[in-house]
Amino acid sequence: MIFGRSERGKPPVEPVTLKILVAGGFGAGKTTLVGAVSEIKPLRTEELLTEAGRPVDDTSGVEGKNTTTVAMDFGRITLREDLVLYLFGTPGQDRFWFLWDELATGALGAVVLADTRRLEDSFAAVDYFERRSIPFLVGVNCFDGAARYPSQSVRAALDLDPSVPLVLCDARDRESVKEVLIGVVQHAMAYAADRRAAVTT
Amino acid sequence: MSGDGQPRSHWFDDEAGPVVRPYAMTRGRTSHAAQHRLDLIAVVVTEAHADDPEADHMLSPEHVDIVQLCRDAPQSVAELAAELNLPIGVVRVLIGDLVDEEMVHVTRPVPPAELVDENILRDVISGLRAL
Ligand SMILES: Nc1nc2c(ncn2[C@@H]2O[C@H](COP(=O)(O)OP(=O)(O)O)[C@@H](O)[C@H]2O)c(=O)[nH]1
Ligand SMILES: [Mg+2]
Repeated sequence: MIFGRSERGKPPVEPVTLKILVAGGFGAGKTTLVGAVSEIKPLRTEELLTEAGRPVDDTSGVEGKNTTTVAMDFGRITLREDLVLYLFGTPGQDRFWFLWDELATGALGAVVLADTRRLEDSFAAVDYFERRSIPFLVGVNCFDGAARYPSQSVRAALDLDPSVPLVLCDARDRESVKEVLIGVVQHAMAYAADRRAAVTT
Repeated sequence: MSGDGQPRSHWFDDEAGPVVRPYAMTRGRTSHAAQHRLDLIAVVVTEAHADDPEADHMLSPEHVDIVQLCRDAPQSVAELAAELNLPIGVVRVLIGDLVDEEMVHVTRPVPPAELVDENILRDVISGLRAL
C-alpha cells in the first residue's frame, strides 16, 4: 500500500474498497438490483475495444483503426467513511468474457441473478464463477407472472453445488437486495473458512 | 469497417457503444508496466502539494480534472472513468502520468483473502444491515 506523505491539513480518508459482481442473462434484473441499493444512480464506464474484441490498454497500434466500447453498470454503497462497496453489473453477453476477468479479479463474491423463465441464461455465469472459485450466490428474481418453482428444482436445473446459497429475491426491493448482498458476504466468509480448513487438514 | 465486410452490428449489439476513434489526449503513449492494469476499485488520491495542476503545462485538461476531483475526495478508477466520460484504458494512462509526476498516488484494493483475515467482512455485513 502507498501512504500519503505527512502534510499540512487533515489527509483525505483513503477508503478500503470492495466489489461484488452482479451477473445473469439479459433482462435478469442486474441494473435494477444495483440501482435498488446504490447511493448514486448506476453509472456506466466504458472500455475501449478493438475490432478483435480485445480491450485497449493503450493507444499505441490502434491509430487509424476503429474501436468500439462496451459499457458496464456500477453502483456504490458507502458503508463507512473508510469502507466502500462497489457493485458491478457484468455485461450480459459471455463474449465479453475478458471484461468478466477484469471485473472478477479481486472480487469478494458474486450474485448470479436467475429468471426462472430463462434459467439457461444463467448457466454461463454459474460456470464462470465455479471454475474460478469465486464465491457466489444465486438470486432467483421473482418476476410477476413467472411460475414459482421449488428451490430444489431450480438448484437441480442449474446443477448447483449444495454449498451454493440460493435465495428468492426482488431486485427492485432495497431490503431484499440488502439480504442478497449480506448473503454473498456471509458465503464468502464461509467459503474462505472452508478453504483454510481444507489446507490445514 | 471490419475486414470481412460483415456489418458491425453482427458483432456489436446494444451493449456496445458508438464507434469511436482512439483518444488523442494520451498522445499514443502506452500505459506503463508499473500500472499493471489498475483495478477498477483502486483509489486515486491527490497529493497535498499538487495544489496548482493548471500551472503545469505538461498536463492536459483531463489530467487537471483528475487531480481536482481526487482532491475533494479520493475516487476509484471506475468513478473517474464515469465522471470524465472516458474509457477505462484511457483513464489508466492518465493516472499513470500523474503518478509519475507525483501529483497523485494510488491505493490498491486489499485482496479478498486478507479482508477475511482482517475481519473487515464483519464490518461490511453490519454496514449493510444498517443501511
Ligand atoms: N417484476 C419484477 N420485475 C423486475 C425485477 N427485476 C427487474 N425487473 C424488470 O425487468 C426489466 C429488466 O431489468 P434490468 O435490471 O434492466 O435487467 P438487466 O438486463 O439484467 O440489467 C426491467 O424492466 C425491470 O424493471 C423483479 O425482481 N421483479
Ligand atoms: Mg442492465
